[in-house]
Amino acid sequence: MSGAGSAQRARNGVILVVALLAAWQVVYWLIGSDALASPMETARYTLTLVRRDDFPLHVYDTMRAFAIAFAVSVVMGLAIGFWLGYNRLSGDVFEPMFVTIYAIPKLTLYPILLLAFGLGLSAKVGFGVLHGVIPIVLFTASAVRNTRPILIKTGRVMKLSGMQTVRWILFPSAIPEIFTGLRVGFSLTLIGCLLAEMFASQRGLGYLLMTGIGLHNLPQVMAVTMLIVVFAAAVSVALLALDRRLHRQREVAVLT
Amino acid sequence: MSRTAILRFAVIVGGIAVLEALCLAGVIDKITMQPPHLIVRDLWRLLVSGRMNAAIVKTLANTLLALGLAVGAGLIVAALLHRRRAVRDTLDPLFATYYAVPVFAFYPFFIVVFGLGDLPQILIAFMLAVVAVIVNTLNGLDRVPPVLLKTARVMRLAPAAAAWRLTLPAAGPHIVTGVKLAVAYAFIGIIGSEFILSRGGIGYEISFAYNNFDNATMYPLIVLILLASIAINSMLTRWERTLLARRGIR
Repeated sequence: MSGAGSAQRARNGVILVVALLAAWQVVYWLIGSDALASPMETARYTLTLVRRDDFPLHVYDTMRAFAIAFAVSVVMGLAIGFWLGYNRLSGDVFEPMFVTIYAIPKLTLYPILLLAFGLGLSAKVGFGVLHGVIPIVLFTASAVRNTRPILIKTGRVMKLSGMQTVRWILFPSAIPEIFTGLRVGFSLTLIGCLLAEMFASQRGLGYLLMTGIGLHNLPQVMAVTMLIVVFAAAVSVALLALDRRLHRQREVAVLT
Repeated sequence: MSRTAILRFAVIVGGIAVLEALCLAGVIDKITMQPPHLIVRDLWRLLVSGRMNAAIVKTLANTLLALGLAVGAGLIVAALLHRRRAVRDTLDPLFATYYAVPVFAFYPFFIVVFGLGDLPQILIAFMLAVVAVIVNTLNGLDRVPPVLLKTARVMRLAPAAAAWRLTLPAAGPHIVTGVKLAVAYAFIGIIGSEFILSRGGIGYEISFAYNNFDNATMYPLIVLILLASIAINSMLTRWERTLLARRGIR
């Protein structure tokens, strides 16, 4: 990490966005208008797209699948993560399996989900969960395992029950790490839901992207891509800032 | 074998046995999934028949091409960025949020611009893989002990010789981490884009079989991809670990 302050980081971000837009415009001038829409055209088309009647339906469909998938990922991820972190043997047995699943092309598993759940919301949610749950499990498990032993001993001295230990010791001490897991899980759940829509769906932003190809509607493809990228990047930047703040606070708390 | 390895093996075998039992008992019907032993038999037949050889070669060739480009470009970009502090700081937010952005969302755009050939797929795989190489190489370059660079200067090594004999080996383990991720990403990029929309390759064959309710082809191919990616990944992880152990990092 460069150790730059938040003001400097914000300035770098602005420079980066301006540079990317400039690069886009230059490429547009080079390639020409039949292959690419300019930033201005894309922005203008985005405005018409957003005003279209069916657009809110597509956004609602994607966001509903995404919200359910993320909620399921969080609950499952925290439960499995706490279990794997607290029980050393299960952690040793199962964690490498999760790491392996992390690296395989999960898209190939989507037909199985489609056959099991049928084309629709539940397959999409299942696929989002498949992507999002793993980072939450891994980060939570490692955070719980690395809880400072003195905290756990203190809990034992105070005769806390199992649930109380989780509530008052393991969870608070693991929060910064868990948040990192949630941040990564958030992004991956979104990616999972969009991929599911791109492969097979009847509604949603991924569906809009794929019909854009079918209709050879370049501005639509670029506008939807832009909307997705901007949304994902903006949320990720905000979560990253929160994440850094949580980790810094924890360092200060440990030092004092 | 250690106790955990035996347990892990038992869990996997147990899982497959449960699937087999559920399929045979009819809880999971034939249209949804075939029993595992039939999948293995079909996979064997498929590989022996050679029907999928062209698709397998195409996918592997594209993956290797994208991987080679990503590693080459990633190393060069990282080496350049390492010397330009200001540019690197500016690009830092891009790297930090890069993998939060669905790169696959660019695939339809690439298809519209470049046509439905191999190029959009290779581009997607390249885009997914290259940043992992850049970030990990930068990380490795940051950790080259300054004393090595001073020694190089004392010995009057030419910059190229210093890079080859000192910097590269010193940053090696981190670069291997980057390459390992790049392999996984390149594979995901190629198979994923073949799967979404394409005219050939294993990903295409799977989605084709899915659309034709051809489970006897679909499941064996899925298992083939899973086995291949798990095998490649665990080999690279082992190599990474030996390198790190030799360096005493882990």
